[in-house]
Amino acid sequence: MNRLMVWLPLGVFAILVGFFFKGLTLDPTEQPSALIGQPVPAFELTDLNTGQLLSRDMLPKEPFLLNVWASWCITCQVEHPYLTKLSEQMPVVGLNYKDTETAAKNWLQKLGDPYALQIFDPTGRLGLDLGVAGAPETFLVDANGVIQLRIQGEVNDRVFAQKIQPMLETIQ
Amino acid sequence: MMRKLLGACVLGLSLSVQAAIETYQFDSPEQEARFRQLGYELRCPKCQNQAIGDSDAEISGDLRAEVYRMLKEGATDAEIKDFMVARYGRYVLYNPPLDQQTLVLWFGPAGLLVLGGILVVLRIRQSKKALEEGESQA
Repeated sequence: MNRLMVWLPLGVFAILVGFFFKGLTLDPTEQPSALIGQPVPAFELTDLNTGQLLSRDMLPKEPFLLNVWASWCITCQVEHPYLTKLSEQMPVVGLNYKDTETAAKNWLQKLGDPYALQIFDPTGRLGLDLGVAGAPETFLVDANGVIQLRIQGEVNDRVFAQKIQPMLETIQ
Repeated sequence: MMRKLLGACVLGLSLSVQAAIETYQFDSPEQEARFRQLGYELRCPKCQNQAIGDSDAEISGDLRAEVYRMLKEGATDAEIKDFMVARYGRYVLYNPPLDQQTLVLWFGPAGLLVLGGILVVLRIRQSKKALEEGESQA
């Protein structure tokens, strides 16, 4: 018994190391989405560019990215060239979140418009249904319209290689 | 003079602060109390560890507006919480329900306390026994 007790501090220490290793490498700003495995919520919003009424049925019938952005969002500007490059590979649908029409249009004019569709959501209603906490956020949606992945923050090479690419391979 | 000027500045400041406060009209004091309570119990998804009733983040304002809208429509507290969990996950609940996933969260601390107590009792018994044995030998 006493001999075991000698090892107790070391055991406690090892457990603490385990906890800290896990805890300190976690990104607390990254939360699991409640919508993984769920279909994209139903919506009826207009297209920012064409004014056409958009609904869930009009989303691409192949895997696509749903990118939540706004002209007031700095990181969206940072990820924009990367999304433009990605749009050659797969459709990228824009969700213009809590923005004004003029500001959003100017932004697209200045930086280019790689989006297949541009859902205009000035009140953030669809954003709320998607569990969006801020911009940018990007969802990977499969061919059946089911959300497979949520990325909070910038989409870049690392995120693509570590998260999007593997998920694309499993759903294709 | 200086004092008056300072007074005017303070007054101006308080006015601008006043403008930032949301004004919601409630049907009853009970409804208002429920709104406040939900504001404490729902967690801001953007900020770490702040309730939506206590946060200046844009999203918290949106969620407060949503809580208000649902209250006005006659939703129960449970319905409002379910609505939030369906969108933002369990993370939004500051008071998570007891189930298999939260078992450790709820009973972990008490379990550790009991375990510690058992260890202490064992330790005391052991040293008592050792002491008695020592005395009987003496």
